[in-house]
Amino acid sequence: MLNSIASAGRRALPNQWDLIAFAAILAILTAIAKSYHGISAPLPTPNESPISLDYWQLPYYALRTTLRMFAALVASLIFTFTYATLAAKSRRAEMILIPVLDILQSVPILGFLSFTVTFFLNLFPGNTMGAELAAIFAIFTSQAWNMAFSFYQSLRTVPRDLDEVARGFRLTGWQKFWQLEAPFAMPGLIWNTMMSMSGGWFFVVAAEAITVGDTTIALPGVGSYIAKANDAGNWSAIGAAVLTMGIVILLYDQLLFRPIVAWAAKFRVELSVSQDVESSWVLNLIKRTHWLRLSVAPVFGALRGVSLLPLRFPTGFTARKPTSEAPSRLVDTAWIVAIVVVAAWAAWLTISYIATELSWDEVGRVFVLTFYTLIRVIVLMFLATLVWVPISVWIGLRPRWAEAIQPIAQFLAAFPVNLLFGAAVSLVLAYNLNANIWLSFLIVFGTQWYIVFNTIGGAAAFPNDLREAAANFRIRGWRWWTQVIIPAIAPYYLTGAITASGGSWNASIVAEYVKWKDHTVVAQGVGSYIAKATEKGDFPRIVLGVAMMSLFVTLFNRLFWRRLYAYAERRLRL
Amino acid sequence: MLDTAITTILDVDNVSQVFSTGSGEARAPVLSDVSMHMKTGEIVALLGRSGSGKSTLLRLIAGLTRPTQGTVKIGGEPVNRPAKEVAMVFQSFALFPWLDVLDNVEIGPRSNGVPLDETRKRALKAIDTIGLDGFESAYPKELSGGMRQRVGFARALVMQPKILLMDEPFSALDVLTAETLRTDLLDLWQEGRMPIKAILMVTHNIEEAVLMADRILVLSSNPGRIASEIPVTIPHPRDRLDNDFRALVDKIYALMTQRPDPTKPATREAATALGLGLALPRVSTNSLAGMLEEIAAAPYDGKADLPHLADSLQLEIDELFPLGETLQLLRLAEFEDADIKLTPLGQRFVDMDVDQRKKVLGDQALAHIPLASHIKRVLDERPTHRAPATRFREELEDYMSEDYAERTLRAIINLGRYGELFAYDENSQTFSYENPQ
Repeated sequence: MLNSIASAGRRALPNQWDLIAFAAILAILTAIAKSYHGISAPLPTPNESPISLDYWQLPYYALRTTLRMFAALVASLIFTFTYATLAAKSRRAEMILIPVLDILQSVPILGFLSFTVTFFLNLFPGNTMGAELAAIFAIFTSQAWNMAFSFYQSLRTVPRDLDEVARGFRLTGWQKFWQLEAPFAMPGLIWNTMMSMSGGWFFVVAAEAITVGDTTIALPGVGSYIAKANDAGNWSAIGAAVLTMGIVILLYDQLLFRPIVAWAAKFRVELSVSQDVESSWVLNLIKRTHWLRLSVAPVFGALRGVSLLPLRFPTGFTARKPTSEAPSRLVDTAWIVAIVVVAAWAAWLTISYIATELSWDEVGRVFVLTFYTLIRVIVLMFLATLVWVPISVWIGLRPRWAEAIQPIAQFLAAFPVNLLFGAAVSLVLAYNLNANIWLSFLIVFGTQWYIVFNTIGGAAAFPNDLREAAANFRIRGWRWWTQVIIPAIAPYYLTGAITASGGSWNASIVAEYVKWKDHTVVAQGVGSYIAKATEKGDFPRIVLGVAMMSLFVTLFNRLFWRRLYAYAERRLRL
Repeated sequence: MLDTAITTILDVDNVSQVFSTGSGEARAPVLSDVSMHMKTGEIVALLGRSGSGKSTLLRLIAGLTRPTQGTVKIGGEPVNRPAKEVAMVFQSFALFPWLDVLDNVEIGPRSNGVPLDETRKRALKAIDTIGLDGFESAYPKELSGGMRQRVGFARALVMQPKILLMDEPFSALDVLTAETLRTDLLDLWQEGRMPIKAILMVTHNIEEAVLMADRILVLSSNPGRIASEIPVTIPHPRDRLDNDFRALVDKIYALMTQRPDPTKPATREAATALGLGLALPRVSTNSLAGMLEEIAAAPYDGKADLPHLADSLQLEIDELFPLGETLQLLRLAEFEDADIKLTPLGQRFVDMDVDQRKKVLGDQALAHIPLASHIKRVLDERPTHRAPATRFREELEDYMSEDYAERTLRAIINLGRYGELFAYDENSQTFSYENPQ
């Protein structure tokens, strides 16, 4: 601070970096202003499709989609800062909020799209705003949970000594949050935000162009463009969409995330200066500017002032008791009873809603369908593992390759499965393939990359001395895989596989019911069941399908992934 | 500081601390009926081993935790919340890595509503006093351990506390750095350049306590009690090689290795017939053998002076005492005032080969550690010859805190494995006789 003011006195003129920075800022503001115009426009009538496959529309569509994603990101951040903080600070709130978050994280949110769309359209009848909000909400639901979870976990693992410093200096709840807790949680939160941004693309495509019963929405955006291209069977438009997506991802990565990651390196709690220092040309540019830094300095000063205001959270909010005092059991019991009653009531509502129109036979049928999808997920995860783990290990053990390929895998994870519809339908029709088998491959299209980049990360972190020991004792072949490398990468692989598995369930809603031009190819499963019900606006069936899928996913996670992961964490973490 | 009227500044009266489990069940106490007082102008050292509750006591005084029983008063005022009159220096430095030195020092006053210019003035003065000039804009990551701890001191001083609390402030530093910081701190204290009235420090380093303190309180373990109080009257600057200094260090070693006085009424725990209440420290069998060999060899020839031994083996008392006590428990060596002496069995042990050593350690553990014979008896009685660890853990928790129970169990597993008394399977957490064939 002192330094920058002193040097400003000597040379108060803007430098060339200021010029570049200001130009960039102006460009971004203009773009936002232009696209804001479209948001409050009236909703187009159903039969006229506003989406054009003209390539020159793509930059505008990309801008609208990106803004939607960032709006959702802002909402996710607000959600994270409130929900996760409440869960971390209040023991009783935690009892509800964390299980709810856990469920939300594992249920196929895509299935609920029809409800949220209907809800938001009714909120703003006849206006695009409703559809916009519905899309933003859908993207939000794909981004928020893991961010909130990461934030909550960081808040619960604040180093004890730093916590004691903050308490010893009598920081108020507000001060402690901004001086200690939020900074400490920052690296994890940023990483999860980036992952969320990637994952959001899948929902963009699903949410921008959606048909619920009689209502068809097509918001201007890359997602609608892809949907339209699929309807028209236009291969080159698909290609253009892929290219556009690639450019957009590259842009926000370079212009936004990379600088933030480089800047946030200072929030990592570690004693030594880490070996690989993240750098960002954008951050370096900003650091070299003169006027820009001077003009934002008061803003940051003011923010720092606000973060130091002696505000207190309402008492009871920070009521996590010191360990020496036993929590009141009576209140706890009453609280748990209340939660159970509400949960039971909600379950009853759901069941009675489904029961008005559907019979037990239907429930049985959906159970079988969900079982099909379960088999599909298991087999495909297995195949993806079989193919990708050896390749990823090979890459990960070669640092130069790993460095180049890991970001590419992360990049690929953003591409939604809808881009492959043309290829899938064409192949199935041309060779008269069994859709039940061959469409299955689509569900891991977008999710396999999580396995790839996590495994690469694990193999890259494999200690060199263990490698040398294995080589020295001539441990090779099958034994090397089972006794050396697989245990070492297991925790990393599982992190990726759990994400991939969850994503695959979501993807099944899209990937089991595939349309290209006027052909529709369907695979039997709960995904296609939900997709069909959504198209018809058949709400009881949607609820039944989603509930059944949620049940399977939750059980699958609890009984399989969670245990495997706990074992790996306990025994295999190096 | 001498011109200040000597008054009591800190009163700790009959303080006990019991941490309860999540389900509200009370565990064994960490501190039991501790009373202590501090006067203005004093440096008091709390000396004890890990787990003696000395850090807990420090946190009670800081108001970071509240005692289960008893009261803490600073300047006559009861402490119920983090107290304004104290500031703490941490073993781990506990600096905010995202703040530079100046911001780290300023965060206390700024959070407490001290105006910006006043904060800056105080911070720069503290930084100057503590010798951090020129490092204002450095981040903790860039600093060496010694410099980081100086930031820790500056950050505490800028709060202008009455009592400076120090939680093993030098134990994370290398020997040379620690010595520099100690003497710097003592100089500042004696010249009255720090705005504080008293210093309370926690340490497990006996020489450090004798070097710095006016009074040493020795804490015993499980549960923490004040075992003795030793005034240090050696004038400053104190010389580690000085005879008085050495004598006092020896005296404290002797005090801390003393077996519980048999004339005192036995506590409920000690009177237990099974003797399961014996908490075992976690020590490696290699260190046990290594220590025996060291004592047997020249220059000690079977009898070693503990301060010397600690020095030559580069061991802190937190490592030295558990080793010595385990050897004493196994009747391989015994404490004698400030010395440790090999028993005849210990002498023979040194010349044995590995198999014989394993046999001796196993036999001695069975004969003298009630838990070892208890586990073996249970395994013998059961038709399957298997027993889950939880069974013994729960039995232990009747006598000691959860941490101690876990550590004791780990220690007996280690001894049992080495002495081939029984096998333990980590995955299923069971004891058995089965070793892989």
